[in-house]
Amino acid sequence: MSAASHDAHDAHDHGHDHHDGGAAHGTLKDYVIGFVLAVILTAIPFWLVMADVLPTHQMTAVAVMGLAAIQVVVHMIYFLHMNPRSEGGWTMLALVFTLIVVVIALAGSLWVMHNLDTHMMAPMPHDMRQAP
Amino acid sequence: MAHAQTLTEADNTRFHLTEDHHPENGTLLGFWIYLMSDCLIFAVLFACYAVLGRNYAAGPSGADLFDLPIVAVNTALLLFSSITYGFAMLSAQAKKVTPTLVWLAITGLFGLGFLSLELYEFHHLIHEGAGPQRSAFLSSFFVLVGTHGLHVTFGIIWLVTLMVQVSQRGLGVEMKRRLMCLSMFWHFLDVIWIGVFSFVYLLGVLK
Repeated sequence: MSAASHDAHDAHDHGHDHHDGGAAHGTLKDYVIGFVLAVILTAIPFWLVMADVLPTHQMTAVAVMGLAAIQVVVHMIYFLHMNPRSEGGWTMLALVFTLIVVVIALAGSLWVMHNLDTHMMAPMPHDMRQAP
Repeated sequence: MAHAQTLTEADNTRFHLTEDHHPENGTLLGFWIYLMSDCLIFAVLFACYAVLGRNYAAGPSGADLFDLPIVAVNTALLLFSSITYGFAMLSAQAKKVTPTLVWLAITGLFGLGFLSLELYEFHHLIHEGAGPQRSAFLSSFFVLVGTHGLHVTFGIIWLVTLMVQVSQRGLGVEMKRRLMCLSMFWHFLDVIWIGVFSFVYLLGVLK
């Protein structure tokens, strides 16, 4: 059995390289597009912060985080070659699951700790000093 | 299976490789799931930093400490290392051993540059009395950024190991699989760094 399957495999070895379930590799074009987008998406937030372009800090913060989110997606597509079909959809499933857990962990931590902060702030030494 | 006896040593190796071909997808999927678990580690550290990042204990804040030009250079180094690793993968797919090694070496140098700048920054902070024990902000900062730096360190060790293996064994199916795993690891670290420079450094300077 070995010879036949071996030869068959060699014959389509090259083909395999290209559909590896899609966890596969990009082309030069992919990498260059990804790189150019990443450079732009990195330069803008640094410029926004260092040149203090936007009127309020809050707007700058929202813009920086928004651009970061876009850049993460760019990296996922052009460098990590994510697509909904890779590994028969399992990588995407793992990613979505992870994102859900990450959102719960981040939002939950901030929410709970913010509540704690606001309810337990009263007798801090810092506040005592400011008391009349 | 009389045929098996006629196989040479090399054929045997090939035989095993081709049999392993389907688990190859398993390796990449498994590695992806490892990366997702690593992502959870970083998510927890980011959450820690988000909660503690403004507890300065009357010490220095991010705006006092962070040197954005250094961070910008660091970000550029990591981004360049990402695309040079991409070029290494392209060379590996074209089965060109020397260009693969050269691109891997360049990637490693960018990685080392990133690491040295980060160590310089840490040394500078600790020297100024802004070490991890100064405040909750600095503790969470050092743990988050330090964990990323540790990942980069191991990435470089892994990269050197693969360079040695590529130079000794060429670019077979298994080597490509290993390069692919490191590729995912390396690009993943760059993705985490996007979060670090945006959330920790840029927003840290704003506050």
